[in-house]
Amino acid sequence: MIAIDIIQRAAEDLMAKAAIEIPDDYLAGVEDMANTERGDLSAFVLRAMLENYVAAKEDRRAMCADTGVPRWYVKIGNDARMEGGPVALESTLRRATAKATHDVPLRPNRVHPLWRTDHNNNVGINAPEIEYSFEPDANWIDVTAVHKGGLFGTDYRMLFPGDGVEGIKRFFLDTLVAFGKRGLACQPAIVGIGLGGSKDTCMTLGKQAACLRVVGNRNPDPKIAALEEELKELGNSIGMGAMGFVGSSMVVDCHIEAGYTHTGGMPMSVHCFCLSSRRAVARIHADGRVETRTDPQWFTPYMRRETVEWESPETSLKKSG
Amino acid sequence: MGKPGDKLKKVRLTTPVSAEAIAKLEIGSVVTLDGCIYTGREGVYKRILDDGTTPPVDLAALSNVNFHCSPAAAVRDDGSYRVGAVTATASFRFAKWLPRWFEVSGARVIIGKGGMSAEDYKNIFVPAGAVYLTTVGYGTGALLGRGIKHVKAAHWLDDLGIAQAMWVFEVENFGPFLVESDLQGNSLFEQANAQIATGLKALYAGTRPAILSRYGETDERSDELI
Ligand code: SF4
Repeated sequence: MIAIDIIQRAAEDLMAKAAIEIPDDYLAGVEDMANTERGDLSAFVLRAMLENYVAAKEDRRAMCADTGVPRWYVKIGNDARMEGGPVALESTLRRATAKATHDVPLRPNRVHPLWRTDHNNNVGINAPEIEYSFEPDANWIDVTAVHKGGLFGTDYRMLFPGDGVEGIKRFFLDTLVAFGKRGLACQPAIVGIGLGGSKDTCMTLGKQAACLRVVGNRNPDPKIAALEEELKELGNSIGMGAMGFVGSSMVVDCHIEAGYTHTGGMPMSVHCFCLSSRRAVARIHADGRVETRTDPQWFTPYMRRETVEWESPETSLKKSG
Repeated sequence: MGKPGDKLKKVRLTTPVSAEAIAKLEIGSVVTLDGCIYTGREGVYKRILDDGTTPPVDLAALSNVNFHCSPAAAVRDDGSYRVGAVTATASFRFAKWLPRWFEVSGARVIIGKGGMSAEDYKNIFVPAGAVYLTTVGYGTGALLGRGIKHVKAAHWLDDLGIAQAMWVFEVENFGPFLVESDLQGNSLFEQANAQIATGLKALYAGTRPAILSRYGETDERSDELI
């Protein structure tokens, strides 16, 4: 049984960590780009960002004052039990959000869409989002905090099978060109693409692809992995860099997630995880140990399963052997 | 040979920024600021310009630098303020208030995210003798936070909330910013857009328009959407 106050403390810590410490994989990606960027203004911007990440860690202050929209991803091991059940877990994550908003401090960004009511704590109706997934043969809980920035840099479109890969490329370029101008998307970004699913699944998968996979990670389907590489190159050949200045730094990496979709359609979503690609993860073990990391390991083989019943890769290997 | 970006011109300005200093600014120069600045965005503009509320202080005497920003700040239990990171917000949404804002406030330097359209510079900024500085990368919240030495006031905090209140900051070596518009109405962003636009046709070669198009869509990739 995992004690709820352990989850609470871990969650508060994650809110601060995500806001202050740029993840290593993304940092290395931006450093590479800063070394190869030829555009004067774009290179200057990248170097200022690298200085900013250092300043944030040194001063223990948020790297960007725009908190974006803080949200949670929770992966629950099938054998994990937590004190107070899921309702206590949700209260804890809401409490941690409110507390960290005051303590870090983070900008209270969340308001009612019509009345603009602001509780000054990033908590409200349907906020913060909490998304769940599950993992077989595990007794831990993985909690991931993401502060997802951006009013800009995301789009959705219903494409059709006839649009093909050419259509996918065009919509990808459209989104980057449109939101890359003046750097509205705060690029270079980790670009997540959702392909297929229902409309909502398509959006969800794309956002998760952007926020929950690390730079350098590839989709296990080799053809999708190749498309990820190709789109990354394509995005970096627009001629545009950081802040929309002339350059080559748009896409730190591209991640695609697929979901089975309506036989007539091929919906697509594009999401930019910005210059403040903020994520932090804690694994909370059954014995109360807490391990933190920056790779959410969200898309497990179980998450991407294709068949009716789940068989772990090891079991199926044993059977066939 | 230096690294790309090394040769950008650097300028340090003190508030209130003089008309001569403003006239000398060239687009693409890197600026840092010393002195006093205040934040103001839709909440403040609505209150003063639409509702006719008197500004909480004599703005012209305070500073001529208006920052489109909301800080990541908190009020301590003793009522003092703690400012962490500071980041600009996208300015193009505020264009409709600016002509009167320049009149009422005496502001001559706007700092924000993303700039305005060249049209706005020509019609609103140039006649007012004002220029636009853009924050860098946009996420340099920690660097900008470091430049804030003191919170002089947070006006209308209770009514407008932390994000929309009018914060008055004393700043030192505050930046970096890039000069986005000058007194001739040139725009650094539009210059970049025009250069990049020349390669877009070749980039799109081999792609094709979506089978189902959308209302209001522009297929001219050199167009902006703001
Ligand atoms: S998109 Fe990201 S880097 Fe840009 S202002 Fe928002 S949180 Fe900051």
